[in-house]
Amino acid sequence: MLYEDGENSTARRTLTASARLLRRLHLDGPLLAALAAVVTFGLFVLFSATGENLPMWINQLERLALAIALLVLLAQVPPAWLKRLSPALYVLGILLLLAVMVHGDVGKGAQRWLVVGPLRFQPSELMKLGVPMMCAWYLHERPLPPSLRDVLVVLVIIAVPALIIAKQPDLGTALLIGSAGLLVVFLAGMSTLVIVTGLTLLGGAVPVAWHFMHDYQRQRVLMFLDPSQDPLGAGYHSIQSQIAIGSGGMFGKGWMNGSQAQLEFLPERSTDFIFAVIGEELGLLGQLFLIGLYLTVIGRALYMASEAQDTYARLVCGSFALTFFVYVFVNTGMVSGILPVVGVPLPLVSYGGTAMVTLLASFGVLMSLNRHRKLVGA
Amino acid sequence: MRRSVRIKDHWGEQRLFIGRTIFAGFATVVLLFIVVGRLFWLQVIRHDYFTDQSQGNQVRLEALPPDRGLIYDRNGVVIAENTPAFQLELTPERVTNVGDTLHRLAAIGLIEAEQVPALERLIRAGRKFEAVPLRLSLSDTDIATFAVRQFEFPGVEIQTRLARWYPYGEIAAHALGYVAAISEDDLKHINADDYAGSSVIGKLGLENTYEAELHGTAGFRQVLVNAQGRHVDRLGSAAVKLDTHQPRAGNDVYLGLDIKVQQVAEEALAGRRGALIAIDPTTGDVVALASVPSFDPNKFTRGISSPEYATLRDDLDRPLFNRALRGAYPPGSTVKPMMALAGLEYNAIDPKATRFCRGFYTLRGSSRHYRDWKKDGHGNVDMRHAIATSCDVYFYGLAELLGIQRVHDALSQLGFGKPTGIDIVGERPGLMPSEEWKRQTYKQAWYPGDTIIVGIGQGYLLATPLQLAHAVAVIAAHGRGFRPRLVTAVRDAITREVRTLPPVAEPVVDLKDPANWDVVIDGMEMVTEAGGTAAAVQRGASYKIAAKTGTAQVFSLGQNEKYNASAIDERLRDHALFIAFAPAETPKLAIAVLVENGGHGGSVAAPMARRVFDAFLLGKYDTTPVPAPPKNAPPEPQVN
Repeated sequence: MLYEDGENSTARRTLTASARLLRRLHLDGPLLAALAAVVTFGLFVLFSATGENLPMWINQLERLALAIALLVLLAQVPPAWLKRLSPALYVLGILLLLAVMVHGDVGKGAQRWLVVGPLRFQPSELMKLGVPMMCAWYLHERPLPPSLRDVLVVLVIIAVPALIIAKQPDLGTALLIGSAGLLVVFLAGMSTLVIVTGLTLLGGAVPVAWHFMHDYQRQRVLMFLDPSQDPLGAGYHSIQSQIAIGSGGMFGKGWMNGSQAQLEFLPERSTDFIFAVIGEELGLLGQLFLIGLYLTVIGRALYMASEAQDTYARLVCGSFALTFFVYVFVNTGMVSGILPVVGVPLPLVSYGGTAMVTLLASFGVLMSLNRHRKLVGA
Repeated sequence: MRRSVRIKDHWGEQRLFIGRTIFAGFATVVLLFIVVGRLFWLQVIRHDYFTDQSQGNQVRLEALPPDRGLIYDRNGVVIAENTPAFQLELTPERVTNVGDTLHRLAAIGLIEAEQVPALERLIRAGRKFEAVPLRLSLSDTDIATFAVRQFEFPGVEIQTRLARWYPYGEIAAHALGYVAAISEDDLKHINADDYAGSSVIGKLGLENTYEAELHGTAGFRQVLVNAQGRHVDRLGSAAVKLDTHQPRAGNDVYLGLDIKVQQVAEEALAGRRGALIAIDPTTGDVVALASVPSFDPNKFTRGISSPEYATLRDDLDRPLFNRALRGAYPPGSTVKPMMALAGLEYNAIDPKATRFCRGFYTLRGSSRHYRDWKKDGHGNVDMRHAIATSCDVYFYGLAELLGIQRVHDALSQLGFGKPTGIDIVGERPGLMPSEEWKRQTYKQAWYPGDTIIVGIGQGYLLATPLQLAHAVAVIAAHGRGFRPRLVTAVRDAITREVRTLPPVAEPVVDLKDPANWDVVIDGMEMVTEAGGTAAAVQRGASYKIAAKTGTAQVFSLGQNEKYNASAIDERLRDHALFIAFAPAETPKLAIAVLVENGGHGGSVAAPMARRVFDAFLLGKYDTTPVPAPPKNAPPEPQVN
């Protein structure tokens, strides 16, 4: 439309000006637009899901500003630095995780937080970037598809932080970090035979995992298999969230009118279960709209990954794109009752700054790796 | 072993990567499609089901208990009303551990520890979402105690409810009965919907019999609650339309009872054990129904404590025992006018014919003396004089002449041996013996001697004070009796229309010669004249009293006597009885008085009846204590 409008030179100049600005800042316009759409939609939903709690909403807005700043900042970092820093980031992450194990802060019954001066953060979040970057760094100089030995090395790289985090206990984050690393191996072309064998072994490992699980984790799995068994206990989350979604219908009860959410029958309504609020208040259409936005983000990110010129960049970008999908799938799957309840937030929508910062940071890295390619390719 | 050096193939790697990416992208779409399919199932296919579920979550039905109907006396004085009270309630579905909560409430003294098991059963028997009253009436101290600890007891609340209040306390308690907390047993008999929100139910007396009229129907109100069960008035941004179905208050009930006359009756009996029933013989309306000692029904409506209840239950004088309805006593000489009627009806005796009383009676062929109360005998007495002086020998002879079968038939017609059918539950039938009864009960033949003593109201014959009052009312009405009743009218709660209940006429006791009524009534009038056994009762009265005194021997010991040796003497004394109606010409009130171990009917029971007559007929309400007969007076002859 704008290009057809040859008379209006101001518009064209504005467009080119903003395009130039994006290029200079190494930012990807379409991806940024899709992310902005998700975030805006999220803020809109969050206002209702917090029960019109303005301080919470502003808090989220502040973290969003921080996350965007981090995204832009990371996009400026030359990809070569990122590549070189990958092992350091990984080692730092491991050290911090160990520090948390020794003297971390306990929040909600889990030891996840590390307090350094005024800062209070979860080192496990750092590993969401650190693990895939480390895996990509390890693999990018080796011939691909990776040999079995390389695969095993990478699996150890993944397993060490994943197990520490699972022990905190934070099953959701362990799952995300594990899948981020595994996705790197998958994208690197790990042979299908190894994947099938691996999955079989994983099936065999279920009883072993069961043995190491915390009681509440076992509860969640059991309850997932039959939520009605304990409707007021562990099954409560799942039942209430399905009631919320189901009662929303095609068009929903209207923004701020979801009885399940507003009357607090829905637990964790502003955090892990916010997708149910969308289902109740905005209906199937609202949820489809958001899923559409997510697909746009994932699709654009995967496209950018495929366009990246070097293996490291491709693997990291692809992993970030697909990890974002894992967030979406695990969260919507658990909220709609087809997956067990694990603490994975709905990306860029759930209340909580940590995940928001990490996710936008990963997109910052993704843009850096992608938009600097001329320099890299030279 | 082949060991090739692999060289990085950038193009190959990129192709591999793109292949994998396409596969991953495809998987992404498929997996999200599964999620969307699930959402479609939840939101479109199962939408109705989940809508119901969500409704059930947020909208609760809250019961609105109806206001209990009021009870008025014959002059429109309220004798049972509703006043606000604070009660402690527990909502089962909001309490995770009921047992623990109850024990902790007991620990801070809000409920009794002994009540905990019963309350727990009650809570289990009821519906999960309906509040169960733990205690019906809280004092200011209780409220304060609970207020500071309320946070420790989620699901337990103080509610303001209307509680039953009997402004006259003990007065008429045995007629009114009381309401008390709905028990586990009650729950089996009532429709839970009608009683939703109600904490009490009529347990005894009128409150029980007229429960259906007084209770009303519960209403419902839809309330919006949040997940904590707290009421909220709006949902997000929208106000929600909620239905209210108003309760229907219970109907008001009007009694024939006169609370001031009742007060006089209970004051007259004060300090004794006994009963006084006053009936309007023209309608059967009960004007007074006293059983003394009485109890304060307010204790029950406000939740009686176990020690308080134990005190009432174990009291030697049995205040909870309704003597008027349930006490079966030998009627003694009060049965003589009825015996006279039987003699006349069966033509067994000429009322004018005199019989010689020499102080005792013997059966033919037997040497056993049946003694008259007057050792030297009454000399020649006709029927009227026999009633007036209560000659035992005359009635021994009459009983022998009639035989037990005819005595049984005649007295049964006057209501002996069967409940009168008064409109409160718990009435006892007394005992009208017969040959057949004795054979069945004791496997023994009926002896002539058994008949003789029935003639003076002793032996197997037993009657309740209510039966005596009813019988004397039938005599006063010349056989046109009415079923005794307390309730005379009901006022509809909605229309305020008063529905008057017609008196229930009983089959007329038809004498072959109606003039025979007058013979007996003449004799009863002579009782209160000079030479009669209750001459004193007529003194100073502006109306004529027809009466009969009675003094009944205590034929057996009650179980309680063994506890207290000094009480035994007192409790072996004779029961004092008195039946009367007045004015004799146009009877307006018939009375029966029984004083357990009171001694003589004429001196003890008769003055009590006089007070009630004065109150009802003249409006003279004398509630001073009745003077006891002088103690150091020379022993009176045993006046029957």
